[in-house]
Amino acid sequence: MRYAETGYNLEIDLTRGNIERVETDPELMALFLGGLGTSVKIHYDRVPPETKAFDPENLIVISTGLLCGTPAYSANRTIVSFISPQTGLLAYPMMGGFWSSELKYAGYDKVIINGKSPELVYIWIHNEKVEIRDATHLQGKGAIETQELIRKELNDPDVQVLAIGLAGENRCFTASIEQSRSSSSRGGGGAVLGDKKIKAVAVRGTRAVHLAHGAEFMEHMKEITKYIKFRNENPIPEVMPILSGIGSPQMMKHVDEQWHTESFAWGNARIRRKGFWTKEIEKEWTKSQTGAIKRFISCFNCPQQCGALISHEDVPNYMMKCFSKLTYTMAAFVDDLDFTWRICKRAFEYGLDSFSTPQILAFGVELHEAGILTDEDFAGCPSDKEGRFFWLLDRVAHREGIGDILADGTYWAARRIGNGAEKYDHNTTKKHEQMNIKLGMMDPLYFLMYATNEKISITQMEGNWPQAPFPKKETRESFVKDWPQLPDEKFKKYFIDWEPRGENSNPNYPTPQIASEIVDWMEMLHNIDDALGICAGMGSFCLKPPYHIHNYPKLISAATGMDMDKERLRKTVRRSRNLHRAFNNLRGMGRPDERPPQDHWKHRFPELEDDLLTYYYTFKGWNHDGVPTRKTLEELNLADVAEDLETRGILKDGQN
Amino acid sequence: MAKIKKKIKTIKIDADKCNGCRTCEVVCAAFHSQPKYSSINPAASRIHVITRRLDDIWLPVFAGEYSPAECMGRDKYVIDGKEYDECSFCRATCPSRDMFKDPDSGLPLKCDMCEGEESPLCVQWCLNDVLIYEEREEEVEEMVQIEEMDAGLASLIDRYGLEKIGTALARMSYKA
Repeated sequence: MRYAETGYNLEIDLTRGNIERVETDPELMALFLGGLGTSVKIHYDRVPPETKAFDPENLIVISTGLLCGTPAYSANRTIVSFISPQTGLLAYPMMGGFWSSELKYAGYDKVIINGKSPELVYIWIHNEKVEIRDATHLQGKGAIETQELIRKELNDPDVQVLAIGLAGENRCFTASIEQSRSSSSRGGGGAVLGDKKIKAVAVRGTRAVHLAHGAEFMEHMKEITKYIKFRNENPIPEVMPILSGIGSPQMMKHVDEQWHTESFAWGNARIRRKGFWTKEIEKEWTKSQTGAIKRFISCFNCPQQCGALISHEDVPNYMMKCFSKLTYTMAAFVDDLDFTWRICKRAFEYGLDSFSTPQILAFGVELHEAGILTDEDFAGCPSDKEGRFFWLLDRVAHREGIGDILADGTYWAARRIGNGAEKYDHNTTKKHEQMNIKLGMMDPLYFLMYATNEKISITQMEGNWPQAPFPKKETRESFVKDWPQLPDEKFKKYFIDWEPRGENSNPNYPTPQIASEIVDWMEMLHNIDDALGICAGMGSFCLKPPYHIHNYPKLISAATGMDMDKERLRKTVRRSRNLHRAFNNLRGMGRPDERPPQDHWKHRFPELEDDLLTYYYTFKGWNHDGVPTRKTLEELNLADVAEDLETRGILKDGQN
Repeated sequence: MAKIKKKIKTIKIDADKCNGCRTCEVVCAAFHSQPKYSSINPAASRIHVITRRLDDIWLPVFAGEYSPAECMGRDKYVIDGKEYDECSFCRATCPSRDMFKDPDSGLPLKCDMCEGEESPLCVQWCLNDVLIYEEREEEVEEMVQIEEMDAGLASLIDRYGLEKIGTALARMSYKA
């Protein structure tokens, strides 16, 4: 009997049309848990460094997390991993929704897809019965529409479907995979599915997931439930409402967007509009938002309600979450939320990432204004801001005209266009569009996270540590009083000492050592969440979350029967993180790539940043190039990885 | 006949508050697994959230009585412009649909209000107050409790007459 995991993966070879249900090695759970951890292992073992995103050998692994399908609240993440067409590295965008639990109930931990289909197909998984089905009739259909059409075709409303839209079919580098109220967006998973000619994967499961010590598991969950109730009734008093709760940022519930609209940058991550949030805007946006939202909704087995069903005027109903509410609108410089409700529906049907795509469209607009792109490139484009964005969005999804170039994302498009376009690609790290935020003083914590994390997207690696120091000492003291999630008491002092100005402020404080400890802790939590399939909104992404390093080992032990403690858990995710890094190192990633966008902060300190990076690398057990050392790898039972790195000359002699 | 007190147990369902998370299904399935909490299979849950997301339909329904035969006709409700599937509001385990049948054995499942617990588990674990448990006592006429089989036989006798039923029983026991 296997506990928490099902112990089976579904292996699909599209080139040969072969489907196999393969039992997995139980030792892999002991070494890598599941979810991202075991997926990284599969990619490392099977995908050589020469493989490119659109090669048939590029695996796409659609994975559940270890706790998906168990009664652990918010264990609903589907982790999709593949070589990204944009970055050339191993991407792993995740989505909530209902798919991963259904796959577990169908009896599988992962779907591993290899090769390419000659025609557009969808995969239908119904317990032991798995079929590759014709999807030519779904060609060009929207990603949301496709989910409904497949449910109808299979005559079962409880089937869970992940699907791509036209953007995925056309291999746009920022194509997403859409599913119920969620999407797996960053890095172009939709493009890889489209390249393999998979329109959708539908699943229905009616089998059981087992717990090793179920009654004990439920006792732990009772404690966690108590905390969720407490936090929902008592938001953190020291921070603004949007940061005070648990779950994803509650942008469907909160209408006050002063912080985002005034602190974040509009257009192609360019301009801060201080004073934007007037009484009039507040009134209009409140009316628009409360009018458009029909109901707040959640993902599988989650008490929070981070998403919403949108029903706006003549726009057919769809679901929205989080920051999409602002990305297109801010990138297009539109002051009216009506535009949000309309463009998001179209973008979601196309299946495009709401983070990267708006920046790419704004980048196109900038190039036109600068005369680098011509009127000919924009022939037929409406002149109003809204119409222009819709027009560009259509071109990108269809890969028509200038849209064909922009569909490769800012970095690649800039290089294809040339003629000075490169300098407009100012907000990417590792070729990927970053958060639209531009600040004053370099912040050591954010420097490290932007520079080094394998996720390559800041919104998914920050979290438990407040984003900025609190101005008043007494507020800091009251904040640390009730903070059991911390891995160590000493972090309280770090926080109390951290000030907005003076000696103990950015860029010199947190010191490299303290910054390394804090970032390492936050990254560890993300890696745990991503292995377990827990929503970061309940673990690693928010302040004072229900799940943390002190209760995770108990839950994992009760669920799996393994003897898990904090140290072992720490080591387990360190193992998968280092394997992930080695995989990326083998694909050429190294120190020169590890830098936040140059204009992310106005005040930069090259020498200090260099020291910070070196300190952090040493702290993590990596060499000067950001490659795990032999010693680090051996400690983590990854000696064979050290061999690989040495054979390829990436880990040089004497760097052990 | 004497009056006796009867405990009426009700789960009030505020469907407008449902966010469609299906925690009720998860915890119900876990509680009713053998041994308790050893496994989770929402398809074996005694509560089901009928979900039609884009139509704004999230409707928790919990399992009622087993019915060996379909009704002669089906109902279909439209409320506030939302069209619900046929028989959505019916709690019976019935041949017309798969709902509330054990996925392995096909045997009917019935909500037992999690007997022995303070309140049904689905109610305890729904943090959005969609499911509210209510208990009240009512005075009812004391009635002789008829066993399920007696009730079934009585209805057969009503329909076919004692003689025919007796003959059929004799024939069947001879075959057995």
